[in-house]
Amino acid sequence: MKRSYDSMSSSVEISSYRDQHFKGSRSEQEKLLRASSTLYIGNLSFYTTEEQIYELFSRCGDIRRVIMGLDKYKKTPCGFCFVEYYTRQDSENCMRYINGTRLDDRIIRCDWDAGFIEGRQYGRGKTGGQVRDEYRTDYDGGRGGYGKIIAQKITPNTLER
Amino acid sequence: MNRRRAHEEEDGYERLNRKRRRVSENQEIEDRLESLILRVGEKSSSSLESNLEGLASVLEADLSTFRVKILRILTECAIRMPEKCTIYATLVGLLNAKNYNFGGEFVDYIVKTFKENLKTGKWNAARYCLRFISDLVNCHVLAASSLLTLLETLVDCANEDGVPQVRRDWFVFAVLSTLPWVGRELYEKKESQLDHLLVTIDVFLNKRSKKHWPALKVWSADVPHLQEEYLDCLWAQIKKLRQDNWSEKHIPRPYLAFDSILCEALQHTLPTIQPPPHNDGDNYPMPRVIFRMFDYTDCPDGPVLPGAHSIERFLIEEHLHNIIEAYHLERKECAAQLLCFPYKAKIPLEYCIVEVIFAELFNLPTPRYLEICYGSILIELCKLQPSTMPQVLAQATEILFMRIDTMNIACFDRLVNWFAYHISNFQYRWSWDDWEACAQLDPDHPKPRFIREVLGKCLRLSYHQRIKDMTPEALSAFVPLKPEPIYKYSMEGAASLPGTEAAHQLVVCVRNKCTPEEALNVLRELPNPLREGDSTAAHTAYNPLKIDVFVQTLLNLGSKSISHSFAAISKFHYVFKILAESEEAQICVLRNVWELWQRHSQVVCVLVDKMLKTQIVECSAVATWLFSKEMAPYFTHGYLWEILHLTIDKMNKHVSKLSKELQEAREALARDESSSSESEDESGNKKKKDQFKPTEEAVERMEERLEMAHTDQKRLFLIVFQRFIMILSEHLVRADTDARDPHTHWYRATLARLRQVFLLHHEQVQKYSSTLETLLFTQDLDPHILDVFHQFIALTA
Repeated sequence: MKRSYDSMSSSVEISSYRDQHFKGSRSEQEKLLRASSTLYIGNLSFYTTEEQIYELFSRCGDIRRVIMGLDKYKKTPCGFCFVEYYTRQDSENCMRYINGTRLDDRIIRCDWDAGFIEGRQYGRGKTGGQVRDEYRTDYDGGRGGYGKIIAQKITPNTLER
Repeated sequence: MNRRRAHEEEDGYERLNRKRRRVSENQEIEDRLESLILRVGEKSSSSLESNLEGLASVLEADLSTFRVKILRILTECAIRMPEKCTIYATLVGLLNAKNYNFGGEFVDYIVKTFKENLKTGKWNAARYCLRFISDLVNCHVLAASSLLTLLETLVDCANEDGVPQVRRDWFVFAVLSTLPWVGRELYEKKESQLDHLLVTIDVFLNKRSKKHWPALKVWSADVPHLQEEYLDCLWAQIKKLRQDNWSEKHIPRPYLAFDSILCEALQHTLPTIQPPPHNDGDNYPMPRVIFRMFDYTDCPDGPVLPGAHSIERFLIEEHLHNIIEAYHLERKECAAQLLCFPYKAKIPLEYCIVEVIFAELFNLPTPRYLEICYGSILIELCKLQPSTMPQVLAQATEILFMRIDTMNIACFDRLVNWFAYHISNFQYRWSWDDWEACAQLDPDHPKPRFIREVLGKCLRLSYHQRIKDMTPEALSAFVPLKPEPIYKYSMEGAASLPGTEAAHQLVVCVRNKCTPEEALNVLRELPNPLREGDSTAAHTAYNPLKIDVFVQTLLNLGSKSISHSFAAISKFHYVFKILAESEEAQICVLRNVWELWQRHSQVVCVLVDKMLKTQIVECSAVATWLFSKEMAPYFTHGYLWEILHLTIDKMNKHVSKLSKELQEAREALARDESSSSESEDESGNKKKKDQFKPTEEAVERMEERLEMAHTDQKRLFLIVFQRFIMILSEHLVRADTDARDPHTHWYRATLARLRQVFLLHHEQVQKYSSTLETLLFTQDLDPHILDVFHQFIALTA
C-alpha cells in the first residue's frame, strides 16, 4: 500500500547523470545503474587517501575494492573515486547514510555507477583532472586552487603539464 | 504541480473534478479513499473530529462497492502507523454505528490479521493489532468482557510449559502494552476481572528467569539509572498507571468527542482466538533492557521529562522508536519526523530523541539498523536544530564518558565509532581539555582507553598532523604514533639481520617486475632457522625466515596505498600459497604483517581481511595468532577484536552462503521433477534457476561442503573460547599466586570481550552450545568465566 512517506524522493534513486562515454543505450545504462553495487564518489579532496575512504565506507558494508580517480597525465588523485561493494544492499545504505555527509571535512557526493571499466579511473578534463575542475570559478584549496581555465587567465603562459 | 485552490483543501471529500491519469473510475476512487484514510489525522485546516465525521460518511457511502478494500486499508493503516491507532479505531467506531454489519466484518478481519501475524512471527504487527482490537472497546465496537477473554487467553499462553521463555514473555508484553489504551475502560466495566488478569501477570513475572538480564545491560552499574529489564519496567509503569486509576493523559482519544453517537452502537464479541502453538525453529523477539541515560535533572527548565515509571515515558519512547522504524531508510525525513513529534511541547524533545537513538545504537546484542544510520540521523538533527541539538548531544557525550567505566564493551566500541564519526563531520571540534585529567589514570582504564581509541578512529578518517594539532598537550600521550610501516631491512642495524641481503635482492627483483617464481628463487638460499644444523630433520612445514623476508619486503613495497598492497598480494599470491601452507606458517605470515604495520592498525585489519578472502590464511590461523603471547598486551586495543570479529563474520557468512545455496539446489532439484517451463518472475533468481539444474551428485557435494564448513566454524569457535579460557585462567592463577587482586582493567576488559563474542555471534554459537558445555565450559571453571556462558544460554531459553 502507499504510505504517505512512499511519496518522498528516495535517496536510493538514480540521479540524472548519465555517462556520455558509456558504450550502450540510455536504457541499458539505466538498467545497470539500478542493479549496480558500484558507487561514484565525488567532491573529494585531492589529498583524501584510500585509507580514509575505506574507513568511512566500510561502515556500510564489506568493500570489494576502491578505485581512486586519477589525473590522466599526472596519475595523482584528482578528487573522485569508485567504491564497489559485494552487494547492492550495502551500496544502497551508502546512498542513504553517507551521501551528503563529510569526509576529510568536505561534503561528498555518492551516485550510482554502471560499473568500473579500465580507463574510467582517469579524469576527462582537458588538463587531466575532472571536467568540473576545468570550469569552476571558485578557489578550492583541496582541489588545486582555482579552476584550470580561470587559473590560466590569472597566470597565463604557465600551463601545468 | 499543485494547482489546487485554497478552498479545495477543505472540501476535499467532495472534490471529484481533479485531472488524473487515465485509469478506471473504480481504481481512482479506491486510490482516493486510500489517500484520505492514510492522511486523516495529519495537519489539516479542519478539526480532526470534523475530518473523521466527513471521512466516515464518505466511507459509508462506498461500503457496498469497496468493502474489502476499506477493511484492508483501515487495518494496514492501524498496523503501519500504530501511533494513529485511536484515530482509526474512532473511524471504525463511527462506521460501526452507521453499519453494524460492517463493524462485525471489521472485527473478523482484524482478528484474522492478528492470527496471521502470530502465525508468521510478525510480532510487532501482532502487538499493534492487539492494541487496535483493544481500542475498539473504547469505541463501543467490542464488548469489554470479550476483550478480557482474549487477554486472558493470551496470558494463559504465558503459563504454558515446555516452550521458550521468550515466547511466553511476548504474550505478557503484548497484553501489558495494550493496557494504556484500554485499561480505563476495563477498569470501569470489569474491574475484578482486570484485577485477576493483573494478578496472573504478576505471578508470571515473579517466576520468570532473568538470567539474561546482565548480558543485555549497557552499564553494569545500577547507578544513576538502573538498566531495567523491559518487562519489569513496563510492569512498574502499568502498576503506577493503575495506582492513578488508569487515567492517562498522553494518548489522544478522538472517540471521546463522539461518545453520544458511539454509545448508541451495538457491540460485537470476538470469535475465540487460539494463538498458534510453538514450533521448533520459531523465533521470538529477544529480551531487552530499557536504556536510560537522562532524568529530569539533566534537562533545562521547561517541559519536564516524564519519570522512568510513568506510562507517558513508555508511550513517548514507543512512538519515537516507531518513527525511527518507519523512516530509517530516509535519514532526512526521519530527522524531520522526529522533530515534529506531535506532543513536543509537553516534553524535552531533544533529550527524548537522543535517548531513544542511543538506546537503539547501544542495543544488545546488536542495534536494529546500521550504526551509521543512527550517526547520520543525529547529524541531520543537528542540521535541523542547530541551536539546541548539538548542545544536547554534547551533554549526552559527556554523560556517556563519565559513566564509561562500567559500559558494556560492545557499546564502548560503538560509542568510540560514533563519536569519531560525528566529530569528523564537525571539524573535530570538541572540548578535549575537559578530559585532561584522564592522562593521570592507568592507561588501561576505560576513560583513557576511550580517548585513545577515539583518536585512533579519528586518525583513520583524517591524517596524523590533524590529530596532533587538535589534541591538547596534556593528552598528547594518547595521540597514536605516525602510521607508517616499520621495515627493519632498511633501518639501522639491518646489516646484522640474516635476511637483509635477500630482502634487498627481492626489492630489486620486484621492482623489475619479476614473476612469482623468480621471487621464490631469490628466497631459495635462505636458511631455515627451525632446522638449525640438522639436515636429517623431518620435513619442516615452513621456513619462517623466508616468510619474514618475503612478506615484509613485498608489503613494504606495496605500502603506498591499500590498492598497492592488494596488487602486490594478488600478483604474488602463488608465493604466499607455497610458503604458507600449514597453519603455523600462516600464523607466521600474520606475525610478519603485524611486525611491519603495527603502527597502522587499520592496514593490519584490511590486509588480514584480504588474506582471508584470498585464502592465504585460514580463519583458525587468525584466531590462534590473535591469542598468541605476543598479542596479549594488546588485548585492550580495539583493533585486535575488530580483526577477530571480522574473521568470525567471514566464517559465518561462508556457512550461510553454502547453506543457502544448498537449500536453493534442493528446491531446484525437487522442482525439476515437474519440469514445466517457469514463467518469468521478477527476482534475479530466475536466471540462476534456469542455468542451474542440479544433479543429485551436485547436491551431495554441496552437502559435504556445508558439513566441512560447519566443522571449520565449530573449530573456530572452539579455538576462540578455549584460548579465552586459557588466558583468563592463567591470569587468575598468577594473581592468586602473587596474592594480587585479579580484577585488573585488563582482566575486566578481556572477560568483557569473551562476553561480546557470545553476544555478537549468539545465533551461530547456539548450534555448538552443548559441545561448548561438555568440552570447555565445565563446572570446574572459575565462576566468573562460567557465568558468562550461562548468561548466554539464557538469552534464547
